[in-house]
Amino acid sequence: MQKYSIFSLIKNAFSNHEKWDLAWKDPSPKKEYDVVIIGGGGHGLATAYYLAKEQNITNVAIIEKGWIGGGNVGRNTTIIRSNYMHDDNALFSEFGMDLWRKMSQDLNYNVMFSPRGIINLAHSDAQMNVYARRGNSMRLNGIDAELLDREQVREIIPMADFSENVRFPIFGGLMQPSAGTARHDAVAWGYARQADSMGVDIIQNCEVTGFNVSGGKIEGVRTSRGDIKTKKIGLCVAGSTNILADKLNMTLPIETHLLQACVSEPVKPILDRVVTFGAGHFYISQSDKGEMVMGGDLDGYNSYAQRGNLPTLQHVLTEGIAMMPFLSKLKMLRTWGGIMDMSMDGSPIIDKTHIEGLYLNCGWCYGGFKATPASGWTFAHTIAQDRVHDLNAGYSLSRFKTGHLLDEKGLGTKTWIS
Amino acid sequence: MLHIKCPHCGMRSQNEFSYGGDASVKRPELNKEISDQDWDNFVYNRKSLRGKHWELWQHLSGCRQWIKVERDTATHEIFDTLKANEEIS
Repeated sequence: MQKYSIFSLIKNAFSNHEKWDLAWKDPSPKKEYDVVIIGGGGHGLATAYYLAKEQNITNVAIIEKGWIGGGNVGRNTTIIRSNYMHDDNALFSEFGMDLWRKMSQDLNYNVMFSPRGIINLAHSDAQMNVYARRGNSMRLNGIDAELLDREQVREIIPMADFSENVRFPIFGGLMQPSAGTARHDAVAWGYARQADSMGVDIIQNCEVTGFNVSGGKIEGVRTSRGDIKTKKIGLCVAGSTNILADKLNMTLPIETHLLQACVSEPVKPILDRVVTFGAGHFYISQSDKGEMVMGGDLDGYNSYAQRGNLPTLQHVLTEGIAMMPFLSKLKMLRTWGGIMDMSMDGSPIIDKTHIEGLYLNCGWCYGGFKATPASGWTFAHTIAQDRVHDLNAGYSLSRFKTGHLLDEKGLGTKTWIS
Repeated sequence: MLHIKCPHCGMRSQNEFSYGGDASVKRPELNKEISDQDWDNFVYNRKSLRGKHWELWQHLSGCRQWIKVERDTATHEIFDTLKANEEIS
């Protein structure tokens, strides 16, 4: 594989950048693999990369119905954070933060990780107390957290609405300074390029049509490009989890819902943090191109549409304007939607299943992008060693039956209420 | 925007409704032996498939009645609506 550097950039300038190696190949599926990963999104690509790098398993295929990086890894708002209160979520996410910090060097691909900090705004005394508690929990788990009062928040984001007569005045906020953003497409492409260079087959335009299961064991997968034999399958298909689970006669604690995001026209630099509205569900950051990147609530009903509905967008942007009134002057550039695998407690599942050789990675709700490296790392471990790692032990499928839920937001099973 | 035909009020916009989830889920009967799996299925496990889906909606800003709606989860086409006490055929 050609290493990307200033020298390779200069060298290729002499040939008008026409002689770069392909970043990954386009192989046809082989008859058999040690592991087949279904889903060529961020998590699938990261899993294949860590299978090769950390677990020394390189006879791996990623099969993807469309093209790699075309689903949620290309549709999110690129926020990376580990500001969780519960230990299982906090330790898993903070392990991921470490991988994010090293990712550009590790992958020899600039993922533009920008640890600009995230501020969750508080709009009441009670909310300040809740944030103080969460911040303390984060610090006990070694995660940076700062509780900001109203004046400290005003210094950082003076463009927010600090007038007295507003419905939701800003009381303060909780900041995780090490949180940030990254270029989402580069994450998918960086993992794909490295996985490919270590021998992983990335097979695109290949739809899974069924599974070969015999005596409770995985024997292979049927695809639109022929049958593939394998003893281990990792399912990383986010919003399509229920469709594939149905082919395995499994019913999961997952509902598929639609989440929208949007960007405004590009404007000069104004916002150098990620900010979330505390009295509803709205988050915003500014991209390097100057666009304001915004998102919020689910559309509110089961959906596979991959496109949004205007009432939700209007509701979300109303919250944005309440928080930062200058947004009302901006024109909208693009809106889009992705389908979320909403789990019934808001936390993901990375686990083995009752079928030997079938491994499950799903339930990422709104937070799949930031989890990409940690999810890939722990899922690769779970598949290769046939046992969960301490980091994903809490993300078990059985927790819904045993009652050990990881209900970070305390919302219960109504995934459409955000 | 969805337009939902409330069986009580007629065609109304989505803004008047709130969602209540899968309408095919049945609460296990009281006074009967109930396995953990039955409760698990009732509380957590959902098919949530692509295509036709019977679901509960409440006409919150209208007659406030709960209704059943058959909707396609990929195209959002609505095929049928029923009162809450009417059985899905």
